[in-house]
Amino acid sequence: MKQSLFPKYLYLINNGEEAVMSKKMFRKLGEVYAVLVCALTLNPVWALASEASASAPVPVDSDMAWWAWPLILLVVTFFMGIVAVLGGVGGGVLYVPIISGFFPFHLDFVRGTGLLVALSGALAAGPGLLKMNMASLRLAIPVALIASTMAIVGAMVGLALPTNIVQTLLGATILGIVVIMFTAKKSAIPEVKQADPLSSALRICGIYHEASSGQDINWCVHRTPLGLVTFILIGFMAGMFGLGAGWANVPVLNLMMGAPLKISVATSKFLLSITDTSAAWIYLNKGCVIPMMVVPSLIGIMLGSFVGVRILKVAKPTFIRWMVIGILAFAGIKALTKGLGIDLF
Amino acid sequence: MKELTVKMNSQASEEQLLYANILEKGMLIGLVMMFVTFALYVFGIMPAAIPVTEIANYWSQPVHEYLVAINDNFLHQEHLVTGWSWLSLIRKGDFLNFVPIAILSGVTIICYLRIVPGLFKRGDKAYAIMALAEAVILALAASGLLAVGH
Repeated sequence: MKQSLFPKYLYLINNGEEAVMSKKMFRKLGEVYAVLVCALTLNPVWALASEASASAPVPVDSDMAWWAWPLILLVVTFFMGIVAVLGGVGGGVLYVPIISGFFPFHLDFVRGTGLLVALSGALAAGPGLLKMNMASLRLAIPVALIASTMAIVGAMVGLALPTNIVQTLLGATILGIVVIMFTAKKSAIPEVKQADPLSSALRICGIYHEASSGQDINWCVHRTPLGLVTFILIGFMAGMFGLGAGWANVPVLNLMMGAPLKISVATSKFLLSITDTSAAWIYLNKGCVIPMMVVPSLIGIMLGSFVGVRILKVAKPTFIRWMVIGILAFAGIKALTKGLGIDLF
Repeated sequence: MKELTVKMNSQASEEQLLYANILEKGMLIGLVMMFVTFALYVFGIMPAAIPVTEIANYWSQPVHEYLVAINDNFLHQEHLVTGWSWLSLIRKGDFLNFVPIAILSGVTIICYLRIVPGLFKRGDKAYAIMALAEAVILALAASGLLAVGH
């Protein structure tokens, strides 16, 4: 089923405006993010934020039946699965800020579960995408080597840092993702005048069949060294925060390296199965996995994704995109204030 | 040195298909096992090490405090349950659920190891070495040697 459904998802994304984000835009986003993070981490409010307040501000209601939270988790992740498909984002990027912000689970377990949520989605989609030759193994292998190594480092750093710092940085990152989603354009088939020497040496190129036009599209990539360096940061953040990294993979593969949008989206999804695997092992070995959280979350997200793909046929993508941006902004502010020990809402 | 040729057509390469097939099998086995083991756990068919009625009292704590608390109150193990030590508790419903999670997390290592011989055979040494390196890195992460704490 996933083989026949995924192309519709890709097609929807392909309807976006065709434009190439310039290097200037990436630089500007990087500067904004760096300033935001510095401002947050150097803020005097930081000193007042206790780890305890960031750990569990959502009290555990002892009167609730044991099955209540897993059931609520199932229902919430079901809707999250729908929104994730309609909004063209991975489950992990919604899961971690929302569940850590509004549920009683500690961030350590939320990150571990978030990685498994993103991993399962990638494992479910990966085989079909590879068989259809939409995901490119030749593009993924070098990128995954860097991203998965850095995801391990990110996971180790994330688990070593105090919770309030991770929570605050998570909030800043989610707000950064909102900015990226707000500003980033997509390019269905970017113009790559000449493949760079590294991608030529590695033969990172291919042909895919474009069903909408019936044409075979030749593709290759450029700026490979810059792209690979960027994946150092992406892998680190994926491991540190337990987020799937599709929000960053796609712009880098598509806009920076010049891979066609469909190849970028499919390869990004497949990439998560490798990047998130490495970080997931760190969390698993550290004990950050509770089956009573993981399984309802996976079932909810999967069922929601199946329903979401069906709704996709009639949904208005612009509205959904704005809704996802709104949800992420809300969850990002919540994570930020929670990390800083501010009880905003 | 044998010259490397890469077929340029819209079909997936041999390695890509091999990788996809192993990934698909591992994913299906892992997901089916996850449903089965969770049902055994949550419906009380297999007794849990930490009663389902108690787990909600612990999941709001940081992981180290959680591990100490469940060990003191329920598990009474010599060491905290980190790394692969959950294997010693596999007869308990909750810890049995780690088996499918480990399968889902581990199938990628098998995929990589499986494509390495074909890549070497075709003279695609750069990719063979990268695939081998990836398998080693993932195996290192899976080994538990890299776990650190707060």
